[in-house]
Amino acid sequence: MSPARPEVSLPGLRPGVHWTRRVANRVAIGGCVLATALVVLPLALLVYRLLESGLHGLSLGFFLHMPKPVGEAGGGMANAIVGTLIVVGIGAAIAVPVGVAAGIYLAEYGRERLAGIVRYTADVLAGAPSIVVGVAVFGLLVVPMGRFSALAGGVALAVLMLPTVVRATEEVVRLVPASYRQAALALGAPSWIATLRVVLPAARAGVTTAALLAVARASGETAPLLFTALGNRFWSTHVDQPIATMPVMIFDYARSPYSDWNAQAWTGALTLLVLVTVLSALMRVATRRIR
Amino acid sequence: MSAGAPTSEAAFVVRREPTRDAPRRLSADDAFAAALRIASLAVLAAVVLLVVETLRGAGPALHTYGWAFLAGREWDPVAERFGALPYVVGTLVTSALALLLAVPFGIGAAVFLSEIAPPRLGATISFMIELLASIPSIVYGLWGVFVLAPFLRTSVEPWLIQHLGFLPLFSGFPFGIGILPAGLVLAIMVVPTVTSVTREILRALPDSLRGAALALGATRAEAIGVTLDAARPGILGAVILALGRALGETMAVTMLIGNSNRMSWSLLAPGSTMASVIANEFTEAVSKLHLAALCEVALVLFVVTLIVNAVARLIVLAATGGRRDVAGAA
Repeated sequence: MSPARPEVSLPGLRPGVHWTRRVANRVAIGGCVLATALVVLPLALLVYRLLESGLHGLSLGFFLHMPKPVGEAGGGMANAIVGTLIVVGIGAAIAVPVGVAAGIYLAEYGRERLAGIVRYTADVLAGAPSIVVGVAVFGLLVVPMGRFSALAGGVALAVLMLPTVVRATEEVVRLVPASYRQAALALGAPSWIATLRVVLPAARAGVTTAALLAVARASGETAPLLFTALGNRFWSTHVDQPIATMPVMIFDYARSPYSDWNAQAWTGALTLLVLVTVLSALMRVATRRIR
Repeated sequence: MSAGAPTSEAAFVVRREPTRDAPRRLSADDAFAAALRIASLAVLAAVVLLVVETLRGAGPALHTYGWAFLAGREWDPVAERFGALPYVVGTLVTSALALLLAVPFGIGAAVFLSEIAPPRLGATISFMIELLASIPSIVYGLWGVFVLAPFLRTSVEPWLIQHLGFLPLFSGFPFGIGILPAGLVLAIMVVPTVTSVTREILRALPDSLRGAALALGATRAEAIGVTLDAARPGILGAVILALGRALGETMAVTMLIGNSNRMSWSLLAPGSTMASVIANEFTEAVSKLHLAALCEVALVLFVVTLIVNAVARLIVLAATGGRRDVAGAA
């Protein structure tokens, strides 16, 4: 993307260079290397510990069984896994169509004044603290409905997904060569047909990954679910009832004093991490290749 | 994208030309465009909704306390006396601590990745750092509680107390959880933002800048100094972006800060932030005023992060000549 830097062979430091500058040079470059190592180190430690503590709890039962009471061996997060799927599904069902449409709008009518405002608002919305989204949805849905619900959790996640979907969709739709659209128009297709039948299919892989990225990020969110979906020890698939989700269950298990719950928290975190990072990595690779 | 701009303008001409003489009526194209516009209004609606709902929730507290809310030191749900100062201070201190650690290391790493490392290595490590940014907050929190906190309690904090304990900042007991651990995990969480954005900004600078410095006989580090100087506005934007993220971060901080509503000079003491008090007390708030007070905390947090983000993105946009993907990288 950025032009490759011309290969300038550095003149080395000729003997004439004063020793203080020589030392300063070494120190500065060494410092940068050290800084990089220190930035990457936590990632390595985190992944290492997650694998160490999370792997041995990983079994089929973890995905298929219900949580057991403290002290009973085994048990899994089946209800939380299904709950996360439901809540994230609701969020995606709201955010993906709206976000993709908004993204197409920004890519195709990007010069309008409204587009500039929407683009900027999406960027700002992306920076909104997720806990505040939870508070707002609590007021919007939980209070009027009189109870916590999967629906409220889904709406909160939708608000968080929206800017990611909008931004990523705009980016990938813009990558479609203008000649595609021109060809469609030259053949007599109306503009909207050109967009829907030619430009969008060409960007399909990118739009799909954009949606997946948003879904992945949202599936790791905890704060907005604390007082919307709340949590549930039991099996529930009702949209209007409180529902268990993986992040919230990890949070509860991590705070509990019981070691088998803590162990389950690690396994849950590992599952979540794999889900989120694999999807994020896919997105990065996909957009890079399209470029 | 840069190559696409002029050609897409041609597309606009093609689109508009035939309709000029045609009788004016609502075409399918207009309807389609209108539908897209309405969808994009949802983004604006979401922000408005957030503001309106938190404002509505905070109503009773706003009415009762007004601005004094921010200065009050007491948070007593039983007596219904609410002052948010400990939380405001907690948020500011943890965020400042995070930036203090994240900014130098983050910039150093960005310099290494864009100026020093071989392109391949730079790209690989950048990719890893971007992944670091996508790890959910709860996972950091879990790691913080079970790895970072015990390590701090047994190794770092006793040392700090023994050698720097004469400073109020490092007095007290080694709890392992508190302001310092929260700031530390926050630093780990925001450093990818600093590094990714700074790296993009450095890469956007013209090579002639480095070439000129080297040609004048600068050492490599001195040439880097020149580029850093040119990148300064953009880096400032990156730092403010990281600040916005640190201010609103909830889960990892809630798990590590110890949740005390007392203010202390010591970094080793437990504390609270605006986000953590909401996470902790919201579902347990029984009285109307308590809930409203928490909503007011949320409102303040929201407004502050909105301003911080808006400013950061303007700075980054200005510094990169309108390249949105740089700010979006965060």
